[in-house]
Amino acid sequence: MIFFQTEDLSIRFGGVLAVNSMSFGVDKGEIFTIIGPNGAGKTTIFNLISLIYRPTSGRIFFEGKDLTKNRPSDVARHGIARTFQNIELFEHETVLKNMLVGRHLKRRTTLWEQALFLPKVRREEIMHRDAVEKVIDFLDLQHYRDSVVKNLPYGVQKIVELGRALCTEPKLLLLDEPSSGLNVEETDDMAFWIEDIKKDLGITVLMIEHDMSLVNRVSDRVLAVNEGCVLASGTPAQLVAHPDVIAAYLGTGENDK
Amino acid sequence: MLNQVLQLALSGVAIGSVYGLIALGFVLVYKATEIINFSQGELMMLGAFAGFTFVSLLGLPYWVSFILSIAFMFLIGVLLDLIVLRRILGHSAFSIIMVTIGFGYFMRGIVSMIPAWGTDTYNLPTPFSGSVLRFGGLALSGEYLSVIVMTIIICVILFCFFKWSRVGVAMQASSQNQLAAYYMGIPVRRVNTLTWGICAAAATFAGILLAPITFVHSNMGFVGLKAFPAAVLGGFGSLPGAIAGGIIIGLIESFSGFYLPEGIKDISAYVVLLIVLVIKPNGLFGERLTKKV
Amino acid sequence: MRFIFKTDYDQDIKLFKHAGAKFWYAVLLAVAIAAPAVLGKYYISQLSFICIYSIAGVGLMLLSGYAGQISIGHAAFLAVGGYTEAIAVKMGLPFPLSLILSFIVAGLIGIIIGLPAIRIKGIYLAIATLAFNFILEEVLVRWSSVTGGNNGLMLDHAKLFGVAFKSTDSFYYLSLAILVIVIVGVLNLLRSFTGRSFVAIRDSQISAQSMGVDLAKYKTMAFGLSAGITGIAGSLYAYKIRFISPEQFGVMVSIELLMMIVIGGIGSLHGAVFGAIFFISLPELISLVKNYLPEAIANQAGLQPTIFGFILICVVIFQPEGIYGWWIKIRSYFEMFPFYRKATFKRTKTFMKSDRLS
Repeated sequence: MIFFQTEDLSIRFGGVLAVNSMSFGVDKGEIFTIIGPNGAGKTTIFNLISLIYRPTSGRIFFEGKDLTKNRPSDVARHGIARTFQNIELFEHETVLKNMLVGRHLKRRTTLWEQALFLPKVRREEIMHRDAVEKVIDFLDLQHYRDSVVKNLPYGVQKIVELGRALCTEPKLLLLDEPSSGLNVEETDDMAFWIEDIKKDLGITVLMIEHDMSLVNRVSDRVLAVNEGCVLASGTPAQLVAHPDVIAAYLGTGENDK
Repeated sequence: MLNQVLQLALSGVAIGSVYGLIALGFVLVYKATEIINFSQGELMMLGAFAGFTFVSLLGLPYWVSFILSIAFMFLIGVLLDLIVLRRILGHSAFSIIMVTIGFGYFMRGIVSMIPAWGTDTYNLPTPFSGSVLRFGGLALSGEYLSVIVMTIIICVILFCFFKWSRVGVAMQASSQNQLAAYYMGIPVRRVNTLTWGICAAAATFAGILLAPITFVHSNMGFVGLKAFPAAVLGGFGSLPGAIAGGIIIGLIESFSGFYLPEGIKDISAYVVLLIVLVIKPNGLFGERLTKKV
Repeated sequence: MRFIFKTDYDQDIKLFKHAGAKFWYAVLLAVAIAAPAVLGKYYISQLSFICIYSIAGVGLMLLSGYAGQISIGHAAFLAVGGYTEAIAVKMGLPFPLSLILSFIVAGLIGIIIGLPAIRIKGIYLAIATLAFNFILEEVLVRWSSVTGGNNGLMLDHAKLFGVAFKSTDSFYYLSLAILVIVIVGVLNLLRSFTGRSFVAIRDSQISAQSMGVDLAKYKTMAFGLSAGITGIAGSLYAYKIRFISPEQFGVMVSIELLMMIVIGGIGSLHGAVFGAIFFISLPELISLVKNYLPEAIANQAGLQPTIFGFILICVVIFQPEGIYGWWIKIRSYFEMFPFYRKATFKRTKTFMKSDRLS
């Protein structure tokens, strides 16, 4: 059983076929990167996987289960978490509260128990806070804990979003351009974190990325897409040398001669 | 029987045209600035009072008063934008709605305090009060006829304005993409001010046309709440849709007032609104208000 | 200047973040309890109204301030609460049970309204709630066999175990007690997953879903809870006025409730209470100022809505956090004295963020 797989996934917006019969699979424990020019449909694929968009045709399989007809809030329940290209944090809340929302699926208390704030609820809150603190330590967000997200710099917001996704204890993590807006050092940190996520946390990572050095450094396999279709797939080294990918995305370097 | 139906249809179209006119100003402002103007009804009320003042209190001829009222209210709309609305540009949609609600409340209070106006109900005499047009067994009162005719005239004027005049085209551009409009040299803030002026003018039209039918009083603005179902039915983004929505509401009210039990008429617009929203959450021809992530 | 050094997760979880807060709220409670000994009947009666409107404000704040679903029809839930109470008591149900019934009935109707609200968003939802308010008002008028139509219904005093809350003071204590219970309950929700889910839905529906928050469930829950709480306020209101009729629950009341919580300060329960205090005190304040105004303006009935609208506009433009925000500034001034700087609270300039697709 392939860990995660799409089968002939397509979506049409009016006259535009944004994603055209895409099929690819991700193995458990690997870091799988999707690259491609802007407008190639990469984020649309993510939106399809999170079921924000309903595919026009095709199916999505995760751990053998067909997820295609589920609701968006079910995706997280199955163990898939994601970050967004243009940050979608709860901007009026603190970093801590944002990440506590990530623990939502692990809650074990009912509405009325919470309204009465029974000791059981207090114990649960402490337990979840503990789990969140582990992620905060992992990402070095300690001094931002109580800051309202709206006031944080863009790079830090991206890291908070990563943290929030990690709090859901996912099996598969979708990262949409994790290094965009980050400077060289922050990108370096991000690379370490992604590797740690794979090695220490055992989470499979599916990411979209433009920064080729980051792609080369962390990815196990790469998929190149263009105009909604798959161009090529393989190891980073194979893809960088692939003529179609070079033509569509990486540049032929002819003008440099 | 057919006569009955046609008669009801006529009065429905007439009253619906007024709703449509109110909705028109409302949708105009929304398209340009994404502001939901909850004080549209009060603007209409103020316009009606302006008309009343010019005609009954100052004794000016009807058509002169009409034009003066529109000019006066245009100014009010402009002032509203300059003094209040420019300061809340950039605030959340909710805050802006609250400001318009506050403004509506404020206007209603002020109107009831002005000595010549107060809380009484006034009549606005028109050249066509009391006249009745009869054709083919149907009767249409002068007031209703004037409403239909004036609405058609306004729509034609606005259509030409938006299609052919520079300002009109600029307004359309600004409403579709503010940033691009700025880049093209369109003075967006001035265009917005102009939009508010036109919105208030449109409300005045509706108010003066409505005045012979509902009479002029400080609670007239509640009729403006009917603009919402009209705008939703027509889809928030469309000007012809607003008129169409208004007419549909007018027809529904007219027929339900006659055929259905008492009281249903007043809420028929809202029942239809709820039904439409449940089936099509973005209105009949509405734009999809989803965010792109 | 107070710095809280945290050594314990509990410090973030508790309701009172430091001993000082506990002290001052205790003082506030003591003052509230001692009030009847000091103030006359009229002022106690006004305090009861403040409690009732605070409860309604908390209900509306939960839905519109925290869950972000704007409702311009909340007076409908006041009506449901009030009428359920009146009818239940007429049928012999004892007071505490009738209050719970009002909560349940209003809550259920809130859930029914909330169901279509799942798909309807933003301004369309606000207009739908407006439509619902109109329709309910008409239903109350037409269904005269149950509701007494335009003649309304009358109520006796609330009775707990046979003892009637007849006096102004006793009813005041009753409303105060219920207000405290409601506030504590809502605060508990806000510091748990339910409250956080509401805020998540307000700030980013899409990412809330991707965290596993079931939109349908939480939106209807927000509507239901908010409606139920407002229903309780309605019940108390019915006992206070002892007579309810459909015209007391029109759209104007809904709009006034919304204006009230915005002036009080949207986004905090303090705002609901401050808003209620402002709303009930406004007529008083106006009569105080009347003596200094020229005759022509002072005696007008229209003065109150004019001032109400004007203050709302000023609040939104100059002080969006409302009276509570103003209170925070004053408090900070004294806490930080003499280091207070206006720039602490300066807002960054925001630009219009289009809600439309492109």
